[in-house]
Amino acid sequence: MFLNQNKMNQRSYFTHLDALESEAIHIMREVAAECANPVLLFSGGKDSVVLLRLAEKAFRPSHFPFPLMHIDTGHNFPEVIEFRDYRAKQLGERLIVRSMEDSIQRGRVILRSKNQSRNPFQAVTLLDAISEFGFDACIGGARRDEEKARAKERIFSFRDEFGQWDPKNQRPELWSLYNARTHPGENIRVFPISNWTELDIWQYIGREQLEIPSIYYAHERDVIVRNSSLLPVSYLVQPEAGESVQNMMVRFRTVGDMSCTCPVASQARDVEEIIVETALTRITERGATRMDDRTSEASMELRKREGYF
Amino acid sequence: MSVVENIEPDHAELLRFISAGSVDDGKSTLIGRLLHDSKSIFEDQLNAVTKTSNKRGMEKIDLSLFTDGLQAEREQGITIDVAYRYFNTPKRKFIIADTPGHEQYTRNMVTGASTANLAIVLIDARKGVLTQSRRHAYLASLVGIPHLVVAINKMDLVGYSQEIFKQICAEFSVFLQGLGFRSIEYIPMSALLGDMVVERGDNLDWYSGKPLLDYLESINIEHDINTLDFRFPVQWVCRPQTEEMRDFRGYTGRIESGTIHVGDTVTVLPSGLTSRIKEILLYNDSFETAFAPQSITLTIEDHLDISRGDMLINGGELPRITREFDAMLCWLSEQAFDPDRKYIIKHTTRIVKGLITRIDYRVDINTMHQESVNILTMNDIARIGMKVQQPLVIDAYAQNRGTGCFILIDEVSNNTVAAGMICIQES
Ligand SMILES: Nc1nc2c(ncn2[C@@H]2O[C@H](COP(=O)(O)OP(=O)(O)OP(=O)(O)O)[C@@H](O)[C@H]2O)c(=O)[nH]1
Ligand SMILES: [Mg+2]
Repeated sequence: MFLNQNKMNQRSYFTHLDALESEAIHIMREVAAECANPVLLFSGGKDSVVLLRLAEKAFRPSHFPFPLMHIDTGHNFPEVIEFRDYRAKQLGERLIVRSMEDSIQRGRVILRSKNQSRNPFQAVTLLDAISEFGFDACIGGARRDEEKARAKERIFSFRDEFGQWDPKNQRPELWSLYNARTHPGENIRVFPISNWTELDIWQYIGREQLEIPSIYYAHERDVIVRNSSLLPVSYLVQPEAGESVQNMMVRFRTVGDMSCTCPVASQARDVEEIIVETALTRITERGATRMDDRTSEASMELRKREGYF
Repeated sequence: MSVVENIEPDHAELLRFISAGSVDDGKSTLIGRLLHDSKSIFEDQLNAVTKTSNKRGMEKIDLSLFTDGLQAEREQGITIDVAYRYFNTPKRKFIIADTPGHEQYTRNMVTGASTANLAIVLIDARKGVLTQSRRHAYLASLVGIPHLVVAINKMDLVGYSQEIFKQICAEFSVFLQGLGFRSIEYIPMSALLGDMVVERGDNLDWYSGKPLLDYLESINIEHDINTLDFRFPVQWVCRPQTEEMRDFRGYTGRIESGTIHVGDTVTVLPSGLTSRIKEILLYNDSFETAFAPQSITLTIEDHLDISRGDMLINGGELPRITREFDAMLCWLSEQAFDPDRKYIIKHTTRIVKGLITRIDYRVDINTMHQESVNILTMNDIARIGMKVQQPLVIDAYAQNRGTGCFILIDEVSNNTVAAGMICIQES
């Protein structure tokens, strides 16, 4: 009814990636305009690499209207930490790092064993950092296709003064009129790439020619096969009795805590090959790679309620 | 990137749809069936759902578990909040919002509906048209969803009777008349067994239409974005405070409707000042033209005082600049409307104080009659008058979704309490 032929042609250049990109840029700018003290959570992983490109598109030639922050578990892959620092420097943006090691030292986090997964405790360090800096909004790279509790979360997700998410009482979120209002002590988690899938992320990385940590590409690595997962051998993960170490071509689909993030067998050496594998895989990103989400049916929901990303 | 395009055409059209209807009509089961039969379920998801179903003593997998992801939902076997799922076929990319049927959670249904191109309203063939079926169809039309599919579900429980299908269609079509959908399609199905969802099945041979997925893949979704009237609400002003960029002023935002070219004259509202577009930028790219719904940065020829909340337009149909307007309002909060409380209105990128000055009527969903009331409670839909502290630049929602919608926020609790759609009578 509204269209004429000429405009139709222009419109066909607007792909689904363009639509997702435009939505994400709009969301970031709303945060910048409406929140007094936002921060962007940057881990060095692929989703947050995409967030940074979206922030460049939203705010350049200005500096970002927020700093970057990483919650360092102390269990990160060294390649990822190196990349994190390199990318922040390249962008010329301020990077805040708060580490779980400090939370452990100060007795805020008490581990049952030294090498256990630290993912569940990230929330403590994150919430401490939020109150230290008085952040009222944290931009994160979570996607709804990752996990069934995330599939339920709003783009502007309200957290009470205890950092908690109440899935049964979320604010209505209509059109793209986001409600970013908080009282002191409360905060909003904002997920600009909520509607992106793993495949969208890889297609965008390809289209924008984004650099990512090397361990996302296929490489040789020592792994242990345990419960049909490949565990990367490191100072945190050593073979148990009866297990053997194999050297395999693998790549990571996510880069989290080294003690519980598993690579997948792969020959994909560039983005295009990763896109092919991603389109064909029959296992979800978390199912293939995150041991910590398998422990209980609702582990992500529980962690999110406690203040996790 | 030839391989990439083979796998998922980059130009694939995006269709956003919701499932709606009354409690237990099978919305979540339908979405599960659609994902399952279109091979969009991953092995580990299937294993997890199979395990949970077995634990509960079910022989077959419970398809609703693919979307009912919250603990409370699984315990109670109901949907509480919208779940978003993504899948694609070689023809299209889909974003699904599975919405709850319980009246108590209507606001979550509206959340899902506000961004959809198409709604599937389910009806249980045994029960026929219920209040909630009507409510959801009406809400879908109110938020301007152009396309409606009426899925008459659980046909397996009525012997796949064509007679029953016809009766329900006849009854519902009377109600749907005048709701303004651009297209309406009735499809009989069994979400549980799969008939007429992805496959035709053997039980509904008397039905000559397409199965649901075929229909979703092929329906013509002319964009409901208005491509004529340029509307650009300024989101954030980009002023790099650096030596070489001292004079740079970029107006960032998303084009809500229409098209703009370098050199076009633009008027800034509400001030009325004019200038011309100098550049259309996005990061390292610059464009000659941009169109809705692109997010871009604009620079103009003159130094004008422009800030967040202002709107750039360019000829065509003019918006209104006003402090008073009428709207259809959905009250979403458990806390009833209180004339003594202050509300904040968010419209485009503008946030101002607002008052509801009149309640003209409330709509009775069953009869579509207008009732006079002086209070609004959760899930009420009413025609109201609004007055705001500073002028807003508005269009009628029917002409322009982006500049015709608003939300009300309670100033004390900060909750989003209502959603509004602006009405403008032709003068
Ligand atoms: N026999 C039969 N049962 C069905 C069919 N579709 C759904 N059901 C059953 O109806 C019940 C409710 O299904 P759900 O999919 O959870 O219903 P819903 O509409 O999502 O419910 P809410 O989201 O809570 O409003 C479940 O027991 C389903 O197995 C069908 O086509 N045939
Ligand atoms: Mg449901």
